[in-house]
Amino acid sequence: MPKNKKIVLSSAKVRSNEDLDKLKEISEENIFSCYQCGNCSAGCPAAEFMDEPPHKIIRLLQLGLIKEAMYANSSWICAACIYCTVECPRGVDIAKVMEALRQIALRKGVNHVNIDKLSEKILEKLPQIALISNFRKFTL
Amino acid sequence: MKIPYFPGCSLKTSAKNFEISAISSAKVLGIDFVEIPRWNCCGVVSSLSSDDLMHHLAPVRNFVRVLEMNKTKMVENEKRMLTLCSMCYNTLKRSNQRVKNNPEELESINNFMYREEEYDGSVEVIHYLQLLDEIGFSQMTEKVKNSLENLNVAAYYGCMLIRPKEVGIDDAEEPEIFEKFLSALTAKPVAWNAKKRCCGSYLTVNNKDVVVDLAYGILNDARKNGADLIVTACPLCAFNLDNRQKNVLEKHPDFKTIPVLYFTQLMAIAFGLDEKSFGFELNYIKPNDVLKEKVFK
Ligand code: SF4
Ligand code: SF4
Repeated sequence: MPKNKKIVLSSAKVRSNEDLDKLKEISEENIFSCYQCGNCSAGCPAAEFMDEPPHKIIRLLQLGLIKEAMYANSSWICAACIYCTVECPRGVDIAKVMEALRQIALRKGVNHVNIDKLSEKILEKLPQIALISNFRKFTL
Repeated sequence: MKIPYFPGCSLKTSAKNFEISAISSAKVLGIDFVEIPRWNCCGVVSSLSSDDLMHHLAPVRNFVRVLEMNKTKMVENEKRMLTLCSMCYNTLKRSNQRVKNNPEELESINNFMYREEEYDGSVEVIHYLQLLDEIGFSQMTEKVKNSLENLNVAAYYGCMLIRPKEVGIDDAEEPEIFEKFLSALTAKPVAWNAKKRCCGSYLTVNNKDVVVDLAYGILNDARKNGADLIVTACPLCAFNLDNRQKNVLEKHPDFKTIPVLYFTQLMAIAFGLDEKSFGFELNYIKPNDVLKEKVFK
């Protein structure tokens, strides 16, 4: 998200949002348990490569700004290492929230990784454990 | 002891060295890995979506095979399913927990797989390190022929052996099972910071740079703390930490490489087995020099 972008808050945004409902359904997590301590981001090995670190993604979702959370590359940088989940003092399974963000995007029909576009050279070099796990997380 | 063994795809391909070293060193301890007939890929990563049952079919199908093995007396009343690959371990264990805790979901899966025997939730997924611990790590010490006392080893847990807490083989924050294993093999476990830090996992396919940076940090931390080599239980970590050292070197020409071995390779070495059961041809950074200096003097 651009640094100076104005965030418009409204209760309507939080209450009625199809994607946000979907996120709750897929993740089964209560994002409102989060009190923004930042533990998840402090331990996340991939946070430095993310547009928004995990705790900020949760904050965006609390504010109903799921578009912004999805626009960030964060869920596509998340390696599902489950570190954040273990570290969260409020019991929020952030890895599940990241998965839900990926799923909402994937279920709209846009794969994050285009298998056809990976060169044969890349495919040959990679072990199947890498390919299968990648396609499981980044394609539908 | 005969136990149903789930190899998974990597142990038959990129990680053959993991399998061959494990099976041959287990024999020394009197453990017989009985490969599960018609096993299928577990899916590598656990699906974290609550509304996705489909991806739990593959694990459950494997549990049915274990039941069949008991029926046909391939094993005697042994419903533990042994895994070596930590990703298989995690994925199978998570699926098992999910269906055990949700009888309705298990029923749906059973109905869907109506041609299979019904899964009743009675299989237990275990990792080889847990089995060794249960038998008693000290049993290994008795079998050591090549002392590893001069070898400083960094035990890399990564993610899938210890997270989430409900499936971890040890404490998620302060695990020590791997270090106990190393000590029993007479090696010197090093204390280091990066042992639970993710290597970037599947990002290695479409985001190599992230993995290279993460690997660089992990490998350097092992070196900085005096490790001669790193041991792992994960074929994906092995790829990212071992093979990716080529890319680390391209980015950081002054980087000092470090061998990454499967923990079972270290067992084969310590037990004085034939070189063939080490399988070093599949290790990218060869451990031969450091072993010559510190073990086979
Ligand atoms: S660790 Fe948990 S409570 Fe703290 S910021 Fe992250 S999600 Fe929120
Ligand atoms: S699961 Fe994803 S968000 Fe959580 S710590 Fe790991 S990489 Fe970061």
